[in-house]
Amino acid sequence: MYNGGKIILGLIIFLALAAFPFYSNLGGSAKKAMPSLDTPVIQQLAVKECVKPGEYMKREHMKVLDQWRDEVVREGKREKILVGGREFEKSLQNGCMACHSNKEQFCAECHGYAGVKPYCWDCHLSGEGGQI
Amino acid sequence: MSMDRRKFLKMAGIAGIGLGLGSDFILMSPAEASSGKGLPSSGERLGMVIDMRKLTNADLARMIDACHSAHNVPTLIPEKNDVKNEIKWLWTDTYDHTFPEQINDYHPRALKEKSFPLLCNHCDHPPCVRVCPTKATFKAKNGIVVQDPHRCIGCRFCMAGCPYGSRSFNYVDPRLYLDPAKKNPAFPTRTMGVVEKCTFCPERLVKGQLPACVEASNGGMIFGNLADSHSEVRRVLNTHFTLRRKPALGTMPSVFYIIGGEDYAG
Repeated sequence: MYNGGKIILGLIIFLALAAFPFYSNLGGSAKKAMPSLDTPVIQQLAVKECVKPGEYMKREHMKVLDQWRDEVVREGKREKILVGGREFEKSLQNGCMACHSNKEQFCAECHGYAGVKPYCWDCHLSGEGGQI
Repeated sequence: MSMDRRKFLKMAGIAGIGLGLGSDFILMSPAEASSGKGLPSSGERLGMVIDMRKLTNADLARMIDACHSAHNVPTLIPEKNDVKNEIKWLWTDTYDHTFPEQINDYHPRALKEKSFPLLCNHCDHPPCVRVCPTKATFKAKNGIVVQDPHRCIGCRFCMAGCPYGSRSFNYVDPRLYLDPAKKNPAFPTRTMGVVEKCTFCPERLVKGQLPACVEASNGGMIFGNLADSHSEVRRVLNTHFTLRRKPALGTMPSVFYIIGGEDYAG
């Protein structure tokens, strides 16, 4: 083999670079996403209940939001939802955020972990930090 | 039954003509439209009468402020002095620009110099809806021409289609031009790259409130259901002479103007 040493050295350098993500994460597992439910409004609730069970909302909240958006914007069905004696507005900004006022600890926690970038907040206001 | 090609083509041609006659492509002529035949008689058909006898420039400024602060409409004029970037929900213009089909050099000067409030006309036959390639704009059951910013791709066909200039494109990030003292945390903003316009305030109607401009108008605007012959807006239309903008286009606006007459004499 001509230039065997250089080729093998090159391969070793290449493998070291290509495998960097694997060994750099060895040992310490990535921090688990832990969305926080600790907001003043939620703390004051006697029954901590969302429009659907928590497990369902974890998986399907984007479908709930999509359905609400279509009903409100396109079909004009703006009536509130009654769950367990509480009224919920079909609105990200005025419904979800009324309880989950901690966008950074709630929404962004999982979205950052999963690497998704929804563009809700390009238009909708979260009310956090006097942002507009 | 057997059919040769010649006969088939003849029949297809006749059927095609029949389809064409029955479709929406033939607009009503102004005379036909004003015959009263086309009045809606059931359901909901929201509309507005603007009584120019009651509205001063101070009223208009207050109404525009009410609308724009309720809907987080940025103020890009006059600070930037850039007409292209202006976002228009409720704005004003002269008589000649409002009613270009009724220009008359002998009109009273006071009328010519008056500011008319302009907004989306929520037309019966909205050209913006016909040209929208994504159905981001559509006609809702209650007569409102809805603009759904979730679905808007910013192609601006609707701006070309609207004969009233009621639509504005966000060429810049609108959030940079909002007055923090006047923001409404319960209403979204828009993002760069979408078109927006007056909505007739469905988020207020559902709470039993009137649109923001109507509420601030001190009776200068009358809002209601055009399909209900007993509504206030129909009573006003029945008893006053009103104008609509650019009637020859056949768009059938649901915004009506009472111009008045003797008010300008002297």
